[in-house]
Amino acid sequence: MTARVGVVTFPGSLDDKDAARAVGLAGAEPVPLWHADADLKGVDAVVLPGGFSYGDYLRCGAIARFAPLMSELVPAARSGALPVLGICNGFQILCESHLLPGALTRNSSLRFVNRDQALRVESADTAWTGDYAEGQEILVVLKSGEGSYVADEETLDELEATGRVVVRYAGGSPNGSRRDIAGIANEHGNVVGLMPHPEHAVEALTGPSTDGLGFFTSVLSRLTAGTPAHA
Amino acid sequence: MSEVPGLDTVAVALDTPDTPQPHAELGMAKDEYERVREILGRRPTSSELAIYSVMWSEHCSYKSSKVHLRQFGEKAPESDALLVGMGENAGVVDVGDGRAVTFKIESHNHPSYVEPHQGAATGVGGIVRDILTMGARPVAVMDALRFGPADAEDTKRVLPGVVSGISFYGNCLGLPNIGGEIGFGPGYLGNPLVNALCVGVLRHEDIKLAQAPGPGNKVVLFGSTTGPDGIGGASVLASATFDDASHAKRPSVQVGDPFMEKLLIECSLELYARDLVVGIQDLGAAGVSCATTELAAGGTGGMDIQLDRVPLRDPRLTPEEILMSESQERMMAVVEPAKMDEFLAICDKWQILATEIGEVTEVTPEEAERGGRLVMTWHGETVVDMPPRTASDEGPVYERPYARPAGQDALQADDAAALPRPADDAELRDQLLRVLGAPGVGDPAWVTQQYDSYVRGDTVVSAPHDAGMIRVADDSHRGVALATDGNGRYTRLDPYAGTQAAYAEAFRNVAATGARPLAVTNCLNFGSPEDPGVMWQFAEATRGLADACQRLGTPVTGGNVSFYNQTGDVAINPTPVVGVLGVIDDVRTRLRSAFDTDGAAVFLLGETRAEFGGSAWADVVHGHLGGLPPRVDLAAEAALGEVLATAADRGLATAAHDLSDGGLGVAIAEAALRGGRGVRVEVDGDAFTALFSESGARAVVSVLPEHKDALRALAAEHGVPVAEIGAVGGDAWWSATRAGPWRSRWTSCAPPTSPRCPP
Repeated sequence: MTARVGVVTFPGSLDDKDAARAVGLAGAEPVPLWHADADLKGVDAVVLPGGFSYGDYLRCGAIARFAPLMSELVPAARSGALPVLGICNGFQILCESHLLPGALTRNSSLRFVNRDQALRVESADTAWTGDYAEGQEILVVLKSGEGSYVADEETLDELEATGRVVVRYAGGSPNGSRRDIAGIANEHGNVVGLMPHPEHAVEALTGPSTDGLGFFTSVLSRLTAGTPAHA
Repeated sequence: MSEVPGLDTVAVALDTPDTPQPHAELGMAKDEYERVREILGRRPTSSELAIYSVMWSEHCSYKSSKVHLRQFGEKAPESDALLVGMGENAGVVDVGDGRAVTFKIESHNHPSYVEPHQGAATGVGGIVRDILTMGARPVAVMDALRFGPADAEDTKRVLPGVVSGISFYGNCLGLPNIGGEIGFGPGYLGNPLVNALCVGVLRHEDIKLAQAPGPGNKVVLFGSTTGPDGIGGASVLASATFDDASHAKRPSVQVGDPFMEKLLIECSLELYARDLVVGIQDLGAAGVSCATTELAAGGTGGMDIQLDRVPLRDPRLTPEEILMSESQERMMAVVEPAKMDEFLAICDKWQILATEIGEVTEVTPEEAERGGRLVMTWHGETVVDMPPRTASDEGPVYERPYARPAGQDALQADDAAALPRPADDAELRDQLLRVLGAPGVGDPAWVTQQYDSYVRGDTVVSAPHDAGMIRVADDSHRGVALATDGNGRYTRLDPYAGTQAAYAEAFRNVAATGARPLAVTNCLNFGSPEDPGVMWQFAEATRGLADACQRLGTPVTGGNVSFYNQTGDVAINPTPVVGVLGVIDDVRTRLRSAFDTDGAAVFLLGETRAEFGGSAWADVVHGHLGGLPPRVDLAAEAALGEVLATAADRGLATAAHDLSDGGLGVAIAEAALRGGRGVRVEVDGDAFTALFSESGARAVVSVLPEHKDALRALAAEHGVPVAEIGAVGGDAWWSATRAGPWRSRWTSCAPPTSPRCPP
């Protein structure tokens, strides 16, 4: 049976179409989820896509966190049962929802940055990175204005110590992120947030590589194996 | 008298025929004002005066340019692909498989000088709504920019603001920015050019037009509320009418909200998909005045509007201000009464405010004869009662005098061929490095890195390559390519040839990606039309473009004119920006401009003549502008385009790059740097001419050894001169270590900084 992966559309979501395409190319069925419906439609995993949810007013991701859909998503994600991938604005929403620690702040350049970005996979032990090898370098897309990951030293130390730094910027941080962190996981490994966009690197014709597809095939492998993360 | 104190109603106008009216302050000439009185048979109310003044403005009526723009229609080549031509919000072109694209470029120059960030942002917003209004999903944007010298103080204010405005608005809308161009020159210091292009995709049956058929149908305003944005003119009226200081000062630049626009796009597309609108118009320049008069004129001619129902951001707004407000992110729809509930439900889903403000009415044959009947009330009193067609379609038309400027002959006689040339190889190399690193020639990544080029996942080619290319749908390999080009220096030297050169360059850029050029849009940036010399430039430029489009079979589908780009008596170099759209059957065959295949041979296509007038070399090395621009050979451009597109089709080339600013030297350097490979090139004859001439109808291609003969045969078949001039990679002198100075120079045009945006 095909895995069903939900892609949430908030008002102002922009990369929802791209995320759905990536899910489909990985071999799963993309299921559109609407922010205003407190209904996960029984999906096996969820992608929170990039964009500017609710115009990013107040603070990036701060309003999306209160969407009716999130009231269903947050408990399921926190328990370790539901794999959730937050990309860019989705990462910001996961931090605002306290599913992941830390916050994303303005790029150190104070400018929006759109570029092909090399990442180093630091942990293959999550629901979304199992198909990669640890230490593997991948090329995806970075495009954000508020992508600088920050957290207090204690939190950063804990993330490192518990293997929850999932991807790091190779060759130095392009946006001021602490310890070159590009993406992190929760303690169960089912919730992953990252600033770069793997969903834009799934077709050779339109992306810098097809390296990003691994995030979407990884969750499929995990779901097919039937083992919940860190079970 | 009116029930509302100070309200200038039709009844008041009839009672007070001799009240002086501030037509001049609204930019309306005395004879234009007299014509309004003649049309109405009385003096206009201040609301009517507001409508006529904005609708008959140069910006909305094209009154100075119309007589010249007609050529685009009169000389339009036969094209089966053209589904909607000029006159609508944007042209629509058939691209096959039942799909069509609509595209247009528009200026937002003056607002971008006053407030660069918001001016540029709302420029993007406006053109995106034009495309949406045609029934299409906007899928990509581009921009053509001109600034003052890169090191000028005010450029540090204008440039970062413009780029951040485009970045902010386009990125928040989720539209990939797939290319464009940037240039610098002294004339643009007080007159920056911000020309924004948008392209949208739709199915043939989804085309929407600005019309209001069906008496009894409802007129609905949806999107943002109306505020006092961009109504500098209206404050003249308000203060004249009310003598109220609170209305005296209004901001004259609009403020954009891309989040609202994103919702408006999704909401409108859902309304279209469910067949809930019979007519649609976006609110841009002239706001409610333009939308109501154009919708009414395009339908029965009759419409009743209750202006007091327009939702306001500032409750103090007067009817005149509402009519002139340029608040962004608003649309007007005509909806059948039976579908109103469903219409409002969709708007509610997207959290879009929608308000019924009137309805379409019948007109009598006599009213139709006069140009229809548009009636607007304000709390029950009639403030507008006019034939809408007289405002939207029957504005003044001027035959402005034009004459070749006295200095033109001397300018053309000052031949760039006489300039001192590099004395030896070292100087040749140094001058090439200087041209390569010049702002406008060098790597534009510091601008384009601020634009999202990936969103939607259909971007097949984007900056810095020759054209942007978009896959039109997930289930198809078909694509469209777009390039914009303009060369103010060439056009200053010879407006006819310079405009054709801009067209030819865009044509060539599209072909270099493997697409076949199909249709044209244009944004004509000039000085004051009241200057006969500028008007001559305009007449020559439009004639040049119309002739070129006729010759190569690519109709002009729409565009925009921006006059008054001048400081005092000094106009900008005339800068017609030409956008060419092409179609490619299979995007998988597309070519990019990076020489990244080791062992490929480098071929030069086309003929090089000693042509330096208006060249980047003359500008950068000598600060010189004189002589004649490169000769335009349209037949050669067509032949080259066919060779490039066919080479892509047949997989004969691994990359292609057109030759333009800077000539062969710059083109080879760019292709090598983009590919990260060394390139060895040997040129015959005079190395200076070979490297710096800007002769048109030329391109370089990289070709694998097994395809060399086929490429030569293809070029011969089309009569295109072809020469193998070098190879990519290997032990090329331009090795990785020696590329250092080239790359650093290429990327040396660092972004000017501003206090708001430290590096």
